[in-house]
Amino acid sequence: MSRGNSAIAVVALAIAAFLVVFLIVPIGTVIHTAFADGQGGYTFAHFVAFNEISLMRESFANSLFVAGMTVALASLIAVPLAYLTMRFEFRGALLIQTLGVLPLVMPAFVGAAAMQLLFGRSGSVNLLLNDTFGITLPLMSGLNGVVFVETLHYFPFILLNLSAALANIDSSMEEAAQNLGAHGWRLFRKVVFPLALPGYLAGASLVFIKVFDDLGTPLVLNVTNMLAPQAYLRVTSIGLEDPIGYVVCVILVLFSVAAMAGAWWFVRRRDYALVSRGGTRAPVRRLTAWQAALAYGWIGGVLLLVLSPHLGLLLMSLFKVWSFSVLPEHFTFDHYFTVFDDSARMIWNTFLYCGLAALVDVALGTAIAYIVLRTTLPGRQLLDHFVTVALAMPGLVLGIGYLRTFRGVELPGGEALTASWVIFVLAYAIRRLPYALRSCMAALTQVHPALEEAAQNLGAGRWRTVRRVVIPLMTGGILAGFVTSFITAAAEISETMLLTSRESLAPMSYGIYLYFQSIAGRGPGAALGVIAVVLVALGTYLSHRLVAANAQHRQGARE
Amino acid sequence: MNRIARRTLFLALACLSCATLADTVTVVTSFPKELTAAYKKAYEAKYPNDKLEVLNKNTAAGIAYVREQPPGSRPEVFWVSAPDAFEVLSSGKLLTRIGIGDPALPQKIGNYPVNDPEGYYRGQALAGYGLMWNTRYLKANNLPEPKEWADLVKPVYFGHLAISSPSRSGTTHLTVETILQAEGWNRGWEQLLAICGNSAAITERSFGVPDGVSNGQFGIGLVIDFFGLAAKNSGMPVEFVYPSQTAIVPANIGLIEGARSPDAGRRFIDFTLSEEGQMLLLDPKISRLPVLPSVYAKAPAGYPNPFTGKIQAKVNFDSNLSESRYYVVLSLFDQMITFRHKELVATQKEIHEAEKRLGGRPNAQLAEAKRLALLPAIDEKQAADRKLLELFKANKADAAASQAKAKVEEEWAAKIKANYTRAAELAKSAR
Repeated sequence: MSRGNSAIAVVALAIAAFLVVFLIVPIGTVIHTAFADGQGGYTFAHFVAFNEISLMRESFANSLFVAGMTVALASLIAVPLAYLTMRFEFRGALLIQTLGVLPLVMPAFVGAAAMQLLFGRSGSVNLLLNDTFGITLPLMSGLNGVVFVETLHYFPFILLNLSAALANIDSSMEEAAQNLGAHGWRLFRKVVFPLALPGYLAGASLVFIKVFDDLGTPLVLNVTNMLAPQAYLRVTSIGLEDPIGYVVCVILVLFSVAAMAGAWWFVRRRDYALVSRGGTRAPVRRLTAWQAALAYGWIGGVLLLVLSPHLGLLLMSLFKVWSFSVLPEHFTFDHYFTVFDDSARMIWNTFLYCGLAALVDVALGTAIAYIVLRTTLPGRQLLDHFVTVALAMPGLVLGIGYLRTFRGVELPGGEALTASWVIFVLAYAIRRLPYALRSCMAALTQVHPALEEAAQNLGAGRWRTVRRVVIPLMTGGILAGFVTSFITAAAEISETMLLTSRESLAPMSYGIYLYFQSIAGRGPGAALGVIAVVLVALGTYLSHRLVAANAQHRQGARE
Repeated sequence: MNRIARRTLFLALACLSCATLADTVTVVTSFPKELTAAYKKAYEAKYPNDKLEVLNKNTAAGIAYVREQPPGSRPEVFWVSAPDAFEVLSSGKLLTRIGIGDPALPQKIGNYPVNDPEGYYRGQALAGYGLMWNTRYLKANNLPEPKEWADLVKPVYFGHLAISSPSRSGTTHLTVETILQAEGWNRGWEQLLAICGNSAAITERSFGVPDGVSNGQFGIGLVIDFFGLAAKNSGMPVEFVYPSQTAIVPANIGLIEGARSPDAGRRFIDFTLSEEGQMLLLDPKISRLPVLPSVYAKAPAGYPNPFTGKIQAKVNFDSNLSESRYYVVLSLFDQMITFRHKELVATQKEIHEAEKRLGGRPNAQLAEAKRLALLPAIDEKQAADRKLLELFKANKADAAASQAKAKVEEEWAAKIKANYTRAAELAKSAR
């Protein structure tokens, strides 16, 4: 036992060292640089300078506005949807599920390009509106465009979290309220929503952070007066020495941490560990005819909006010319051939980086889950806390931190670490670790310790128990963690843009961005986007199947 | 599982080793993927032992990148449109002298040297700046086709133009300098401010303009010729013209000092300048103007040929002047236009409306509004001030300098904002 314990301590220390080097130190470097005065001392001068630049103040206000508006609009879409499906007799469950996943399978910036053609100044919708009513809507101009694109992309976070929270509410509360005469809006406002608030806040804070940090969408929409684009532009065009870029990073970090901490204060970590609360499911009510019409209409409308970027992207990839017209012209498959001709490497790179990163993630996730849940190692919670830091860390900040920290570090063979593909694997692995860890923790909580005790009673050592009993029982969760890490890494753009030092290293997400930078490249870019969406959608489907199969399997085992 | 892991590891190692074995030419460029892909394919076919690596960065980011690499591990080739970027590099001792090339070839286009007279960089293609428009957009909005920069200040084009910010695009910086040098500092800014006040957007990259024009978001854009020509040749409903006050300047290529494999870099540069390399420019998706006059004989009919004198370049572009005030012009443009675009547009709108209301009657109040709205934050003398120029070139990590610079910029911003507000008020109340 003690030999096993010291081995576990070594593993725990190794993991901690890895997290410190590739997570804590880079972030520390960024924060340090924001306060360094260039002569070895510390100063607030850069923050003062930041505050004196009106562009920076404006960017700050814009970022807050966009993130806040996105949360508000996303709530407007997600709250009714969640309430409808969880509390009413409703045939659209499959539709809602699709709604919850569809936007997430496409990076927001990819959708932005397609939405420009559909909803932009001379997009299909505005051309039609102008022809029929003589009006146009500035849906995609400036900050509106960012809010619109991000809302459609991120509302599922609220939908999914809120649905889960609604499912967890003890039905007796609602029944009591109903017995006391509360109905409809009053019931929702006074009882249901306050009870579901932790779930809602978890989703809303996640949306806020994601939007606050997003780099690709504003750039594709030509919006630069926001914080994340400013940090990127500062660091890429003025150079890694520019302190203002780091000040922006510190602000991004502060807001992310504050939003997360605020939400967690409500959720109290219990939901995070996904311990199911049981309880009886709330009774479903019946919709009146006009309510049903309204509900289906709402869902249909949202679905149409959510599908529009996908549809737009598909059209872009299959037609040669789309200019000042409602629909594109000149059908062609050429764009796909161009992609396979020029950019097969990028597809391979995505598989390599994201696959390796996901492997690292599940390995670390399984180990950390085991150490935290099954050992009494002192300070083991620290590992969990480190990983939590990764969740709140903007990709942009980590990317800048890597470039700064590992500048001049060489791999065996003389290649610079920051100019090699290894950096992608590391960055992706670190940022996706929380997802994998969440899956692994959930899987391990559901394995009863009695099984391990039984194995050990029969003479199996700790390692043998882990290998032969624990890991096989966790397989479903581990696989789900792998797929989640993989697909979210494949869709990542902020770090990717910073870390791509040359084209042959670029993964698909950067390739799409690159293609979108030329007129002849828009079609191939869209084609690459469609390929990415199909891959990610397949991965998502697969992970859902795995989780479902796993749940069924466990249920079977319990009976 | 084990086999897959082993194979992955093997492939990973193979990737690592192939990067170190062959000669790799790393090219820092702002050019689009079609162009780099064509050159990569052709070059690697001709020199199978070399590998071409592309680092796609916009001009400013490219300079910053080269600057930050230690000597000995820098990329080999720098290849962008803006000649002033090369001036910035060579004054930072970041370029290797490669000579002026074949003396029998034309050494000048208009009054502009094709190759750097000191031999630090060479012209690889020629580029002129011009106007690109979407024919469908113009027809739908009943807009006349523009011919000159000056046409764009007309009220009829309000809200239909697009231009990108020079701080994000080297090519736009050249357009801006061209206008400033052609019209003079004050009149140049006047024209620029009026054009930008008519613009629907100041885009993030130079590419945002041709992209927006070709998909019909904007009517007319200020673009470098190949953006317009390539869009037209790929079937988009767009047209392109060179206005008479344009500068034809070379898009340059240079060898970076302290590169990993300078010989291979040299080989690639020679390839791009050979007839074979120059022919690639004629691809409809690329549509650039070669520097080798002989190549035009093989170009499709109607391909613009700057050597026949058909594209008039009336401006004698002074690249020393351009380089000396490079950072000041960038910052001035951003403070007055990019970051204050909303106010600028609102002011121009008031002015256009007042003009319409007055129906051409002279009005002192409106004249004052126009003067204020189109006044640069500093005059030519202030912009040439040595202390100011030094401040903008100072080391960015120097906290004091960066604070001083931020203060200057803030002064400009405050002044401009006050001017716009006052001009809008004056125009609004002009009767």
